[in-house]
Amino acid sequence: MSELAAYNFAYLDEQTKRMIRRAILKAIAIPGYQVPFASREMPMPYGWGTGGVQVTASIIGPDDVLKVIDQGADDTTNAVSIRAFFQKVAEVAVTTHTGEATIIQTRHRIPEETLKEGQVLVYQVPIPEPLRFLEPRETETRKMHALEEYGLMHVKLYEDIARHGRIATTYAYPVKVHGRYVMDPSPTPKFDNPKMHRSEALQLFGAGREKRIYAVPPHTDVVSLDFEDHPFEIQTFDKPCALCGANHVYLDEIVLDDGGKRMFVCSDTDFCETRRAEGHTGEMLAPSQEAAE
Amino acid sequence: MSDLPLLKVNNLSKFYGSRIGCKDVSFELWPGEVLAIVGESGSGKTTLLNCLSTRLLPSTGSVTYRMRDETYRDLYHMNEAERRFLMRTDWGFVHQNPADGLRMSVSAGANVGERLMAVGDRNYGRIRQTAADWLSRVEIAEDRIDDQPRSFSGGMRQRLQIARNLVTSPRLVFMDEPTGGLDVSVQARLLDLLRGLVNDLGLAAIVVTHDLAVARLLSHRMMVMKDGHVIEQGLTDRVLDDPRERYTQLLVSSILQV
Repeated sequence: MSELAAYNFAYLDEQTKRMIRRAILKAIAIPGYQVPFASREMPMPYGWGTGGVQVTASIIGPDDVLKVIDQGADDTTNAVSIRAFFQKVAEVAVTTHTGEATIIQTRHRIPEETLKEGQVLVYQVPIPEPLRFLEPRETETRKMHALEEYGLMHVKLYEDIARHGRIATTYAYPVKVHGRYVMDPSPTPKFDNPKMHRSEALQLFGAGREKRIYAVPPHTDVVSLDFEDHPFEIQTFDKPCALCGANHVYLDEIVLDDGGKRMFVCSDTDFCETRRAEGHTGEMLAPSQEAAE
Repeated sequence: MSDLPLLKVNNLSKFYGSRIGCKDVSFELWPGEVLAIVGESGSGKTTLLNCLSTRLLPSTGSVTYRMRDETYRDLYHMNEAERRFLMRTDWGFVHQNPADGLRMSVSAGANVGERLMAVGDRNYGRIRQTAADWLSRVEIAEDRIDDQPRSFSGGMRQRLQIARNLVTSPRLVFMDEPTGGLDVSVQARLLDLLRGLVNDLGLAAIVVTHDLAVARLLSHRMMVMKDGHVIEQGLTDRVLDDPRERYTQLLVSSILQV
C-alpha cells in the first residue's frame, strides 16, 4: 500500500484483535461453548459474514494463504468480496485450492477435500444458538447450556419425525461437541456434519451480529443428535455431478430453462475443477469447454 | 404410603418490600394427600404456591422435601441443577393458563414427550407410544397426537398440560387454579379426571383455588388464607361444614346454593 493513511494489518486494530483472540482461546478451551465478544462494526452488512471476517482478521498473518468460499463456491459475490478485502487490508496470498490454503473462511459448506492439520476453517454464523427457535429467552438458553438440559433439542427432532416421517432438518443440524455442549454448526448442510467429527483442522465459528465465538479444536468428537430408531443420515444424490462425474459429494441444483431442465453439479467449485483437470468428465460437460481448458 | 411427610414447610414468609405476600406458613404434606389452598384474590395463595415450588425465593423459612432416596433436602439449599431436575421429574406444575405450561408451537405428542426426552429417552417409537397412552388417559383422541395445542379447546389444553406433567410419574403436583377459565361442564369433567388420576397414581397435590367446590371435590385437607396469613386449616369436610373463623364462615356462606 502507499504512504497514504493505511489500514492496520488486517483492518482491525491490535487491541481488538487481542480481544478476539482471547475469546477464540477460551472457545477452543471449552469446545462448543459460545463465548461472548465485543463484536465490531465491519465495512459490510450483518449477514454477510461480519463474525467470520473478524475471526479471520484476528488470526491471519502475513504468511497465511486465504481461501474464501460461499456455499462451496470461490466465485460468488460474498466470497470474492471478502477475498478482495483481505488482499487489500492484509496483502495476504489468496488461493482457491483447498489443499494450499492455511485459513479457509466459509459460508455454509465444508470443502469436499479432507482438511489437514494446520488448516483453520472459519465459519460465518448467523444464529449461534441452536435452541433459539424453541426457546426465545437468552437467559433461559444459557441456563440450559450450563445445566446440560438438552431435551428440548430432541423435541425439535421429534416434531420433524411426527410431521415428515423422518428427521427433515437438512441444514444447521444440531451436534454435540466433546460430549458436552450442543452446538449449531452454522447453516451447513447436514451432509457436512460427519466431516466435523475428529477433523484434523481447527474449526472456528464467528457470529458478528450475535456477538459470539465458538470453536471445535482438532480431533474433537462432534456427534449429530438423533433417535435410536431414527438414526442420523446425510443427504444422498441419485446422480453424480454433471460436470465432473463425482459421486458422494454435495450437489447444487441448477435450473437450465423454463422447460424443467436442470443439472446437478458439485457445490464445491474447487473440487469440481480439480477433478475435471484430472480428466474426469460428467455427462453434461461440453466438449468445447474441455478443449478450451 | 409412607408415614413420613413428603413436604415439610416451616415458617415460610415472603415479603414484597414492606407488603406481605404470605407470612409464617407451616404445614406438612403426606404422600397421596391433596391439600387445597383457598382464599380470595390477593390473599397470597399463588405467592405461597410459587414459594413452595421454587419458582419464587421466599424471604424466610424453609421447605424440605423427601427425595426418592428417602433423604430430606432443603429445596433452597439444593443447587439449581438439582432443583430443575426435581421440577421436571418428581414434580409437576399445572398452570391456570395452559399456554404458560405448554409449548404452543409443537405437537401434543412432543409436549407430552418433552419430559421423557429431557431425562434421556432417545427412542422415538417408545416416546410416541407413551405420549399416545397419556393422551388417551386424559381423554384426548389419539389421532390428535400430531396437532398443535393451538387447535385444541381450553379444556383439552388443560388436560394436555396435565398429561405433560404426569408422564414422568411425579410424586407431587402443584396446581394453580386448574379449572379457572373453563366453563362449568368442562370444569366438572376435568375435576372428575383429576380426581381419578390423583387416586390411581397416589399423587400428592397442592391445589390453589378460589373455588370451594374444587376444594371440596379434590382435596383431603384445606388451608384458608387471608391477607397472607393462614387463618384456618383442617380436613376439607370439617372446614367447609363447620367453619370456625368468621372469614371462613363468610366464604362458605357466600356460595350460591342451587
